[in-house]
Amino acid sequence: MTTIDASSAGEFEHPDTIANQAYGFWLYIMSDLVLFGTVFSTYVVLSHNYAGGPTGKDLFHLPYTFGETMFLLFSSASYGLSMLAMQRNRKDQVLMWLFVTFLLGLGFISMEINEFYHMILEGNGPERSGFLSAFFTLVGTHGTHVTFGLLWMVVMMVQAAVKGLTPPVQSKLIRLSIFWHFLDIVWVGVFTIVYLMGVM
Amino acid sequence: MNQTPIERAGAGRPSFKAYVTGFLLAIVLTVISFALVMKGGGLPYWAVLYGIFGAAVLQILVHLHYFLHLDASSAARWNMLALLITLFIMLEFIGLTLWLMFDLHYRMM
Amino acid sequence: MFGKLSLSAIPYHSMIVMSAVGGALLITVVILALITYYRKWTYLWKEWLTSVDHKRIGIMYIILALVMLLRGLSDAVLMRSQQALAAGTSFGFLHAEHFDQIFSAHGTIMIVFVAMPFLVGLMNIAVPPQIGARDVAFPFLNSVSLWLTVAGAFLVMVSLGIGEFSKAGWSGYAPLTELPYSPGTGVDYWIWSFQIAGIGSLLTSINFLVTILKMRAPGMTLMRMPIFVWTALCTLVLMILAFPVLTAALAMLTLDRYLGMHFFTNNLGGNMMMYTNLFWLWGHPEVYIVVLPAFGVFSEVTATFSGKRLFNYTSMVFATIAIMFLSFTVWLHHFFTMGASPGVNIFFGITTMLIAIPTGVKVFNWLFTMFRGRVRFTSPMLWTIGFILTFSIGGMAGVLLACPPADYVLHNSLFLIAHFHTMLITGSLFGYFAGYYYWFPKAIGFTLDEKWGKGAFWCWLIGFYLAFAPLYILGFMGMPRRMYHYENLAWHPWLIVAAIGLAVILIGIVCLVVQLITSIRHRQAARDLTGDPWDGRTLEWAMSSPPAVYNFAKTPVVHDIDAFTDMKEKGVAYQKPEKYDDIHMPKNTGAGFVNGVLSFIFGFAMVWHIWWLAILCALGMLLLVIVRSTDDDIEYTVPAAEVERIENLHYRQLASAAATSRFAGGGSVPEIL
Repeated sequence: MTTIDASSAGEFEHPDTIANQAYGFWLYIMSDLVLFGTVFSTYVVLSHNYAGGPTGKDLFHLPYTFGETMFLLFSSASYGLSMLAMQRNRKDQVLMWLFVTFLLGLGFISMEINEFYHMILEGNGPERSGFLSAFFTLVGTHGTHVTFGLLWMVVMMVQAAVKGLTPPVQSKLIRLSIFWHFLDIVWVGVFTIVYLMGVM
Repeated sequence: MNQTPIERAGAGRPSFKAYVTGFLLAIVLTVISFALVMKGGGLPYWAVLYGIFGAAVLQILVHLHYFLHLDASSAARWNMLALLITLFIMLEFIGLTLWLMFDLHYRMM
Repeated sequence: MFGKLSLSAIPYHSMIVMSAVGGALLITVVILALITYYRKWTYLWKEWLTSVDHKRIGIMYIILALVMLLRGLSDAVLMRSQQALAAGTSFGFLHAEHFDQIFSAHGTIMIVFVAMPFLVGLMNIAVPPQIGARDVAFPFLNSVSLWLTVAGAFLVMVSLGIGEFSKAGWSGYAPLTELPYSPGTGVDYWIWSFQIAGIGSLLTSINFLVTILKMRAPGMTLMRMPIFVWTALCTLVLMILAFPVLTAALAMLTLDRYLGMHFFTNNLGGNMMMYTNLFWLWGHPEVYIVVLPAFGVFSEVTATFSGKRLFNYTSMVFATIAIMFLSFTVWLHHFFTMGASPGVNIFFGITTMLIAIPTGVKVFNWLFTMFRGRVRFTSPMLWTIGFILTFSIGGMAGVLLACPPADYVLHNSLFLIAHFHTMLITGSLFGYFAGYYYWFPKAIGFTLDEKWGKGAFWCWLIGFYLAFAPLYILGFMGMPRRMYHYENLAWHPWLIVAAIGLAVILIGIVCLVVQLITSIRHRQAARDLTGDPWDGRTLEWAMSSPPAVYNFAKTPVVHDIDAFTDMKEKGVAYQKPEKYDDIHMPKNTGAGFVNGVLSFIFGFAMVWHIWWLAILCALGMLLLVIVRSTDDDIEYTVPAAEVERIENLHYRQLASAAATSRFAGGGSVPEIL
């Protein structure tokens, strides 16, 4: 790439940990993209394998899905505000916005669990058909990721409160931010391909 | 090495304006998608399909740029390259998979 | 309380299995007893099990690979013996159920627990120093990856004595691997060992990608990297993009088996063909993952032992990148016969044939590197030449198979088996053996015995031809794979020859074992005092053997390809720096090892449906991650004075080596001190 002369060799004695951590996490996200891509493809292949059971039209309620989408989108925005506060070194605001994000994310997950619960109760669980297996797994994989994100958020709130906004804490908050925004991107795919197309 | 952690992470300098713009664009695109399906009864199937896919792609780009600070700057270059290679391979995997699976379904099922 | 587990899980009825279990337990007990007798537990824990040093981790990976190679070869011995006996009225000594487990274990072990650890181990040893770095980007993650892989290997080994292994082949096609057709624990052992090791590989790929892209020494642009680093880079891209597909596919199969879902079942809307598609979507890149690092070793070895720069570096790089991209476009050739239409088969047939071209470019580059060079026929060079000759033949068999009509006749015949074993053995394994010999002195500090190394090579080469040439012929004669018994007596003589071939290969293994033992016994005489036993061209040879924990006291500055040769030619190879600085290194930690143990118990618990134990282990791993993340005290400092002391030791060794003219290759005596 760029040529570097001998005099600047000293800078390279210490690897830039934060840059490496952020890039490494970005690469993990790339692998997660492929994972989701695989589950998405499987969903598409199985999307009409109803096995005599219910279809998307029978099961999905788009206003409900819109509500879930808003919870997640607002939580992305609130996390952004948390990062802006981190940029200004305002620990109290970082914690507040993290907490707001957590609540919004929790709202999303609660709605999703509720949807799954009712479907299972009505006998339309994942073991009913290939279509439903793929539905529960795709949406469920996304939901599991969100849940881990929420857990991570709690850990970060504790760490930030106790240690303050140290470089390691900031580095982790940056990575959580990448994770959280990425999950919102995957959700755009989910509501488009699963819910909207499922009802068309 | 006088950069903030956010800059070292290659995320540029995030601004309030960027987050608001991204957020509003995302809301609009989401509403368009849902409206196309919920209220677009009169429209042909293909129009709605391209519409929601187009809106989804645009919204993903909005998220990538306004929330994940992905741009053409040198700080984000390796991120961009990783993303482009991943997307290229994924499109190819998924495209070929769907082609061959539907071909197999037609011939074998 | 113990799920499905009971004493009846132990296969008392099979003499063969019980003796294998007995043998394995005996060896384990002996090793544990020896460690105790020599009071090495503390040393083992502090220096190896908790190590986050890429050099130590690399050695442990290779130890795992070599041990599992012996296990995989035992499976091969059983299969060859059975097939040499079970013709016509004779049924050999294995019944079908056992034979099925053997070929399934053989494939799984060789790919996942021999090839992968071997290549990751070589990458660990060579990549950071070749780019002038002190360590990988995430040393702790490196340790996590290693112990996850070991956990997977243990799960496969445990399946021998508790329960059974999968009978569905290493590829695990649905619906055979679904509950109605494989209700036992075998498929579950296969799933969890594969899955856990796969996570380890994925983490490795992230780690080394960041290392190579972000931690190169100043002046080392991408086009000045050693070719082994280039092949490692392309391998890592293959890993990071392919392994998630496997993770998802195995996870969906797991959901089918554990929660009654219908991804790949043959009822209620499952699509069995989708499993095949997803498995090979991963499976084809996997075989390139397994071969590209070997190609990298061959490039390094050819250049070094021809005393010449690698011919046409640029085309070598682009050929590697081309192979990387193309390997994502060929996977359907593993199931041409599943019934796709001609258009689909033709597309994948063409891409498969295309991928032979960049490999051909590489072969010509190796040949032209040797041409007009001063070739030294050391054992790594012999492995390389054996590879070039034999791999080309096997590759041509591959181009034949790439033609869908031909594949319709040859699919799943012994012709296929011969083809891919040619690729894997003469391609990957020969490359790893060459790399093992080549980098052994760097990692351990003394050279391996060359005589026994050559003996190993000749036995492997001759044995390989004896073992696999008959299989090409048998494939044309119509013999399918995975047969525990057959009626066609015309096949019998060829299978006897194949068994003899394996016997010759086993002599080769004995040579390797003797080589190691002899070399250890004579290690003082064979000490590598200079760090550069071969007149090497790349930066790892600038370090002492074994290297200091920090690799380089001062990060080197690079000006050209073959950076070390460049430094030697300019007379700056052994320059003493004016002053030394403190060096920060990561602290050892037991967390990676503990995580590995927890993952093993988790896998075991999942296999036997011991839910409370599985949940406990999962929570344990989560807690480990959280606790580790709160730990900010993860580095220690090597003070400048200590660095100076270590370096001065190295310079004294160099001086004594210069005095006894022990510098390899007869190059100019370096200016030291």
